[in-house]
Amino acid sequence: MILKVKRYGPRDWKVHPPYLYEHYRSTPLRSPRKPLIPLTQTLSELTGPVYGHDAVHPGDSDLTTNAGRGGEAIGERIIVTGRVLEEDGRPVPNTLVEVWQANAAGRYPHKRDQHDAPHDPNFIGAGRCMTNEKGEYQFVSIRPGPYPWGNHYNAWRPSHIHYSLFGHAFVTRLVTQMYFPGDQLLPLDPIYNGIPDEKARQRLIAKFAHDVSDPGRALGYRFDIVLRGREENPFEVRK
Amino acid sequence: MKHYNPMMIQSPSQTVGPYFAQGLLRDGDQVFTNTFISENTEGERIRIEGCVLDAEGRPVEDAMIEIWQANHHGRYNHPLDEQDKPLDPEFMGHGRTSTDVNGKYRFETIKPGSVPGPGNTAQAPHINVIVFARGMLSHAFTRIYFENDSDNRNDPVLMSIEDEAHRNTLIARREETAGVIVYRFDIRFQGENETAFFDA
Repeated sequence: MILKVKRYGPRDWKVHPPYLYEHYRSTPLRSPRKPLIPLTQTLSELTGPVYGHDAVHPGDSDLTTNAGRGGEAIGERIIVTGRVLEEDGRPVPNTLVEVWQANAAGRYPHKRDQHDAPHDPNFIGAGRCMTNEKGEYQFVSIRPGPYPWGNHYNAWRPSHIHYSLFGHAFVTRLVTQMYFPGDQLLPLDPIYNGIPDEKARQRLIAKFAHDVSDPGRALGYRFDIVLRGREENPFEVRK
Repeated sequence: MKHYNPMMIQSPSQTVGPYFAQGLLRDGDQVFTNTFISENTEGERIRIEGCVLDAEGRPVEDAMIEIWQANHHGRYNHPLDEQDKPLDPEFMGHGRTSTDVNGKYRFETIKPGSVPGPGNTAQAPHINVIVFARGMLSHAFTRIYFENDSDNRNDPVLMSIEDEAHRNTLIARREETAGVIVYRFDIRFQGENETAFFDA
């Protein structure tokens, strides 16, 4: 038996940051230097973990309350919504989206974060949700604060939310960050500027979306994520 | 072959940073774990164990490793894998863990079966790996193969790596201690024994 499947297009290295980007000083010792080995995609790459709704607890997409202590996180409430798409624009339904972020003061609950800013007992800074049939997702959170880090003198990370996505194959895996429009720290940030292309950098800046705002409660942002898409011509695998 | 020319720009990758465990390896989480077998999972129990090392051979204490593998019969638990082989309801095939302060990581799993390769080839049993870390702006793909598996010499992916030493970085070394079968697989970002990474 023969099965026809479509391969995924390549990772676009004009878009993704290189392993070595010296302005981000953790990269020189952690960057592979040998050329990557080309890999013909097989079932190993075209399949991938499938997580369903049982991976998500009710309420886990609301980071203002999901600490579960009965109180609400401190900060400027935001709603972030968007679509997960393939490169050809088709939606990626029923895929898990995981996020994590600093609190409003720029502090992570993580034990390794030594920044001298207050913790918020009502904020765990992590959430999950699934995209719906149209590839749409939504989180409620607070706007994360910027925070200093040790990369260089007076280095500050712009406000950001970390995103982790699977898509429908092993090769569509993506971990990225969402930034806020107009952030004056973006031109100074070596992580953001490690992205080699200006249009690709723009892709990581959410759009302020007043229609998403919840009147009297939270400001809205729209943030779409584009994963690798499938090539047009199917190829054959033995079944 | 037709040039691949999609209409949208891919969202670029960014590092997981130092605090990924807060979001991706949450305390008490049953979904993402490094032990994804049950008593009833079919197949040979193995432990994958290793160290992630930087260019100076120092342990990387904040790397995240994800693995994806076929079950004992060589079938992936995914709708696209329609091979005529049994699925194992007790085996999903995906694991996630982080390194510790000594750069060590570990998975408790089973040895996967062989899966089809391109054309009429078969691939030797292997585990697909993604490495993330603070200091990596884009993740890296690699694979774990198993020492002494006779299928290795016919594996199309292994054989596509011309340099033997480079190819051998993908072969986990088998050790048996106290009744546990351990396959040791270190990941080196750089240097003479830099791990073979793929443009998958």
